[in-house]
Amino acid sequence: MSALSTKHLLGIKYINTEDIHLILQTAKEFKEVINRPIKKVPSLRDVTIANLFFENSTRTRISFELAQKRLSADTINFSASASSVKKGETLLDTVNNILAMKVDMIVMRHSSVGAPMFLADKIQANIINAGDGTHEHPTQALLDAYSIKEKMGELKGLNVAICGDIRHSRVALSNIFCLQKLGANVMLAGPPTLIPKHMESLGVKTTYNIKEALQWCDVANVLRIQLERQDIKYFPTLREYSLYYGINRALLDSLKKEIVIMHPGPINRGVEINSDVADSKQSIILDQVENGVAVRMAIMFLLAGRSF
Amino acid sequence: MQSRVILDSKKLQLTIDRLCYQIVETHKDFKDACIIGVQPRGVLFADRLVKRLQHLFPNYTIPYGKLDITFYRDDFRRADKAFSPSVTDITFSLENKNVILVDDVLYTGRTIRSALDALMDFGRPNDVELVVLIDRRLQRHVPIQAKYVGKTIDSINSEKVKVYWQETHEEDKVELIAHTDKPL
Repeated sequence: MSALSTKHLLGIKYINTEDIHLILQTAKEFKEVINRPIKKVPSLRDVTIANLFFENSTRTRISFELAQKRLSADTINFSASASSVKKGETLLDTVNNILAMKVDMIVMRHSSVGAPMFLADKIQANIINAGDGTHEHPTQALLDAYSIKEKMGELKGLNVAICGDIRHSRVALSNIFCLQKLGANVMLAGPPTLIPKHMESLGVKTTYNIKEALQWCDVANVLRIQLERQDIKYFPTLREYSLYYGINRALLDSLKKEIVIMHPGPINRGVEINSDVADSKQSIILDQVENGVAVRMAIMFLLAGRSF
Repeated sequence: MQSRVILDSKKLQLTIDRLCYQIVETHKDFKDACIIGVQPRGVLFADRLVKRLQHLFPNYTIPYGKLDITFYRDDFRRADKAFSPSVTDITFSLENKNVILVDDVLYTGRTIRSALDALMDFGRPNDVELVVLIDRRLQRHVPIQAKYVGKTIDSINSEKVKVYWQETHEEDKVELIAHTDKPL
């Protein structure tokens, strides 16, 4: 049980439950490391990692970079807006050129679904998917699972509601796979236009009534409304969305129980979640961010240690 | 496969007692000293050592921590297996402390070399000493030696030393194991 079953982290769908447990267990030891006076260990000092962000990112990118630095890895950063991609170079050419400079691992975010899977067949380096379109965002799901486990002790049998823009969310899909593999029950809540019909085939409950989901769950993971991905209008106005699906203090107080609130960020305050919820004791949003570094350290450590 | 007991439960107890007295002889009441067990197996030995010290010297407060060296190993990405870390639990600063590092078997010395690296991340100790239960003295890869030794043995590379503890194996003993037909 000490090695991952896979060379890449492409999605939660492609790893098994033992892998998830191994990552979460290893992350726990890295969380201790990042809370030391000296937050750095020399494990990956001969490993070079390229961060290829073909799509914008702040938190994931900083989190990955910080995790790499705390592991003593050498890193190079690449963003599509300032690169030869603009000049018409293909993805495979771009990556092969970077790999020719002896890079051991690639962290990639891409707007196209399946981009990391496409590369995985063609290159030697380890690949970590940092988000591919609306498909998967495995490191987010793992840090969410870690945060829930840290707060609640165990995921098995726990009820987790994923609320909001399911249709455009890679966090939702990765979370569903991850939570199910760890034995939690999942309910999706949001407007009918934002919950694709085929989601039920994954074995999750769905509801269009946010209060019903919150009443049912122990943990609510609230997703951002991804306006930038919405090609048509899925609901009339943000104000109306907030009215029917926004999570506020009054709604939480009406539940007669205390649930844990999560959000992968960035938050649209006053839309899917109000400040009196996001900044409350119930919210573990900033713990998620802290745990993100530890979980990503664990993933890179385990993948790098596998290359024998 | 042949095996020979090199320390039985009675001798092991005597050895631990002797090590306790030797440590106290140098460090008196542990005012400036602390014990750090190296994960995973050194901690089993350190647990026992600390327990015995506290039994023999109930008035002393002995600062005790556990150190995992997985992230400091020199064979990461080179060994033919993957490593998974154990818990590090050091709740005090090692700055200016006299650190007594504890491991069960001293073999190549590489674990202790890594442990020295790891220790420095918790502050700069005044000095570091090493306690081991078994010293396989002929196989060192790096210039490291223990100050307090339970038993020194001469063994060859193909042999293994296995330490059993009551807490994990229902019996206290140390065995030398070899893949040979000849009795050891």
